[in-house]
Amino acid sequence: MAFDTTQLIPLLPEIILLVGVSLVLVIDLMVTDKERTWPFMLTLFTLLAAGCTTVMLADGTTQVVFDGTYIRDPMSDILKASLLFLAVPVFIYAREGLMKSGQWRGEFMTLTLFAILGMMVMISSNGFISLYLGLELLSLCLYALVAFNRDSSKSAEAAMKYFILGALASGLLLYGISMLYGATGKLDFPSIAQAVVGKESDIVLVFGLVFVVIGLAFKFGAVPFHMWVPDVYDGATTPVTLLVGSLPKIAALGLAMRILVDGLGELQESWQMMLIILALLSMALGNLVAIAQENIKRMLAYSTISHVGFIFLGILAGSDEGYRAAIFYVIAYAAMAAGAFGVLIALDRKGLEVDQLHQLKGLNEKHPWLAGTMLLLMFSMAGVPPTVGFFAKLFVLEAIVSVGLTWLALVAVFFSIIGAFYYIRVVKHVYFDKPTDDVEVEVGGAAQVMLAINGLAMLALGLFPAILMNLI
Amino acid sequence: METIYLTIVLAPLIGAIIAGLWRNQVGKAGAHWVTIIGVGISCVLSIYVLLGFTHGDAESQNLSLYTWMVSDGLRFEIGFLVDQLTAMMMAVVTFVSLMVHIYTVGYMAHEEGYQRFFSYIALFTFSMLMLVMSNNFMQLFFGWEAVGLVSYLLIGFYFKKETAIFANLKAFLVNRVGDFGFILGIAAIAMYTNSLDYAEVFEKSAGLANEQITVFPGTSWSLMTVICVLLFIGAMGKSAQMPLHVWLPDSMEGPTPISALIHAATMVTAGIFMVARMSPLYELSETALSFVLIIGATTAFFTGLIGIVQNDIKRVVAYSTLSQLGYMIAALGASAYAAGVFHLMTHAFFKALLFLAAGSVIIGMHHDQDIRNMGGIRKYMPITWITSLLGSLALIGTPFFSGFFSKDAIIESVHLADRFGTNYAYYLLVAGVFVTALYSFRMFFLVFHGNGPRDEHAKAHLHESPWVVTVPLVLLAIPSVVIGWFTIEPMLFGEFFKDAIYVDSANDVLAHMGEGYHGALGFVVHGVMQAPFWLALGGFLTAWYIYMMKPSIALDIKVRFDWLYTILDRKYGFDELFQFVFAGGSRMLGKIFWKGGDQFLIDGVAVNGSAHGVGWLASVARYLQTGFLNHYAIAMILGLIGLVGWFVILQ
Repeated sequence: MAFDTTQLIPLLPEIILLVGVSLVLVIDLMVTDKERTWPFMLTLFTLLAAGCTTVMLADGTTQVVFDGTYIRDPMSDILKASLLFLAVPVFIYAREGLMKSGQWRGEFMTLTLFAILGMMVMISSNGFISLYLGLELLSLCLYALVAFNRDSSKSAEAAMKYFILGALASGLLLYGISMLYGATGKLDFPSIAQAVVGKESDIVLVFGLVFVVIGLAFKFGAVPFHMWVPDVYDGATTPVTLLVGSLPKIAALGLAMRILVDGLGELQESWQMMLIILALLSMALGNLVAIAQENIKRMLAYSTISHVGFIFLGILAGSDEGYRAAIFYVIAYAAMAAGAFGVLIALDRKGLEVDQLHQLKGLNEKHPWLAGTMLLLMFSMAGVPPTVGFFAKLFVLEAIVSVGLTWLALVAVFFSIIGAFYYIRVVKHVYFDKPTDDVEVEVGGAAQVMLAINGLAMLALGLFPAILMNLI
Repeated sequence: METIYLTIVLAPLIGAIIAGLWRNQVGKAGAHWVTIIGVGISCVLSIYVLLGFTHGDAESQNLSLYTWMVSDGLRFEIGFLVDQLTAMMMAVVTFVSLMVHIYTVGYMAHEEGYQRFFSYIALFTFSMLMLVMSNNFMQLFFGWEAVGLVSYLLIGFYFKKETAIFANLKAFLVNRVGDFGFILGIAAIAMYTNSLDYAEVFEKSAGLANEQITVFPGTSWSLMTVICVLLFIGAMGKSAQMPLHVWLPDSMEGPTPISALIHAATMVTAGIFMVARMSPLYELSETALSFVLIIGATTAFFTGLIGIVQNDIKRVVAYSTLSQLGYMIAALGASAYAAGVFHLMTHAFFKALLFLAAGSVIIGMHHDQDIRNMGGIRKYMPITWITSLLGSLALIGTPFFSGFFSKDAIIESVHLADRFGTNYAYYLLVAGVFVTALYSFRMFFLVFHGNGPRDEHAKAHLHESPWVVTVPLVLLAIPSVVIGWFTIEPMLFGEFFKDAIYVDSANDVLAHMGEGYHGALGFVVHGVMQAPFWLALGGFLTAWYIYMMKPSIALDIKVRFDWLYTILDRKYGFDELFQFVFAGGSRMLGKIFWKGGDQFLIDGVAVNGSAHGVGWLASVARYLQTGFLNHYAIAMILGLIGLVGWFVILQ
């Protein structure tokens, strides 16, 4: 295929982001600490511009460019648009937190934007090469970000662990990819999909599939490939945890959909069983261990693990309904997680991070708006109607019930009930306990408004779930 | 039209949210302005909608705006059904609400929680509109519960007062009983028609008319009777019908404006509205209609009697409300739905007026509500006096006043109706007219005439209330006097409710009455020759004689008929009965379950047992997270080996 410039059009959001991040990189070199608002504004502008471009390009069609390595389709549009728009509150919260801890430096913006670029490449990849490229771009940025708090040995340790385990997972993924390549001789997903027809029980294929699924499970943080999650969430500074805990889940879903559905849809029987095992382990372990946590960042880490179980349920249903449910879930989840860490950031004080559950006690007396936001977010995570979390769970459960996996739905509901305990415990601390100190909450205007919108969005999307569902 | 309907509903909600959440930012003036503007917009647009029906050629509209979710074919929707019945309710609700909003500016001027109060009443307006405009049972239930919630919040508005807390809890619990029946009724409808949409349910209900169901083994009941009675139990709770009426008098603990708005003009009439709306269902069950009729007539007479012995100005009006609600319910039971709704409308005006006038007196008396301490207030509060007089005349059914037309129509239609219980109901309703006149004018004379207030201090400070209080009184007095004259013909005998209310032609007493109807004047002339008019006059004269001429008689009667007085003063013992049997019984039951079931079985074994189990598991599982990198890597490799073993080697 000869190259012509029209092939660049589907990549416009990525190009805008790349130009934006380059400008931010250069401008940041020339500004003083006080003038850093300018690159920050440019960052937000870049995200919004790329997001709007994505929306404008979304026309329900599918375009494949660059010799079949890159794809733009309705799924990539919705995932990328939600990624880019959710990145805005993430940046606003992160800035608030980094300013409080005196670490508001340009590297955060550059690294995060590059990570987002990596995620977009992952979502739009149509073959293993571009997929791996995006994955590594994302991972390398995240490793560096986890170590962002340079003076903290805890952060450095977490980054080191994340890096080594990530390298191990990448190795497993690459090994799996090479197996699949060996069995099919192809690297792009449509060709692989054709090549595997009729070879469902080919031992090499299944062998490769196991390794690829493990690579995916690591990215999601599914049990037993979850070990990095609590340490990284806890070790990284909260603004970085906020990032790690929200946006990459959207990209990971894109990754899973590309490999499992676009590429290996024929092997659904095999990967369905694998995902069932991983989902069950994740929901069980995540919910149980979260109860024992006193550290709220670790608690949210285990909560993530249990939510990953739910997202897997949507994928493993193997029906369009299930895929849509999974996409709905992941977007809702990313928004909830961003909000929850955002509230923690809002509670941070200069030089002191809030990460213990008891520090939330009596929040309602200190700051009713934040308390209300936290209430909505926690109810949404627990799946209490009429918040969006309820519908996220409902759609996933409907999808797996309609493919006959009722027992799995029952187990999922059972673990959700256990999980509700630790979310509601947070609400109890916020509303019914007396404050343990009388330090006032100091939170910037932008973050406060954004948090209120974030919390109310959980309610609004719960009352009008169709707004989001119809887009997917 | 859709935009107009949405604006009508949402304007008060937005006002409520602003006044509630930003109460410190908007301040007192901001709170009342934003809610008054919100409700004002609703009111103007509602009247516009109503005019579309009366003077234009508007069609009834059934719109589904939004599907919240679909579960097994059952759609949960938000939608509006706007026909003549709805339009009339919308206009009445928003108009009275607007008057009450304005009045509150004066009444609550020096109270704490000013913004909270405005936020609640605007929220109430929103909920009530959602209730009346609904086109499905789900939204009806939402509105039903939402008005109940706001009512609960407002009865307990003075939440530091013990009696107010007791009263709002009581209202809440009694309504639970009613709502339990109501939701069972909705569930039965959903079960047999697999739909919650009014239009669909009505369509399918005709086919279910002869369906029999077995609720308890060995019984066979008509499905429609069960559904209608269950729904009516909900109405009994909300519209305070015997024996679920006990909460309404106690609800007077709330501020007076909400007594007028919620506990007289609008919320308590939701039950009447609901039955009228469900007329296609009720017409299928004679038994249910008889039940409705008997309950209504019983309430109308017996609660009226209690009104005679009450001394709290608001409680007298509250018992009068109960009694009038009974009249409306009785009309429904006689298949004269239009007459019930007609009385609902006229009553909304004159009863809101009476409550607000009582509130005006209460302001003047510095929150002393005992009518024995009042008297001679006429001189000090002329506007309150004249408007009260007009309201009372309307209430007792003086010819040409609005109440006359609606009450006479009810009594006449019950007389003409032919079903079990009509005779019983007719005599009670006719006797009730005497009682109504007696308690109304007993209160009127004691408050406004005779010798001035006993307390000299109170006397010195008596003066007419500010304009924000008197203007709503005047604006409510106008429809109280004239609205019956102008609307009786279209509402009762005309085509107005043709599409909205369905009456089986065999039951159509109003059509029967309509044959003898020759204009409003003829109706008055006919009415003057009937017993109710003379009984009302008798009640008035009795009150005048006893309380103006010979006050000693009242005491004499009280001593001589001590047993009767005690019965009435104790309100037939319903409170004691409920508190002893139901409250006490459920507490005892609760205690048994608490000690035996909850503390031992559930807390001890199930909850704490499983919580300990979960907690133990959690504490063990957390040790998996050792912090050592090599352990993490081994976990991954073990996972790998496990999956490979399962999928590659075993298969």
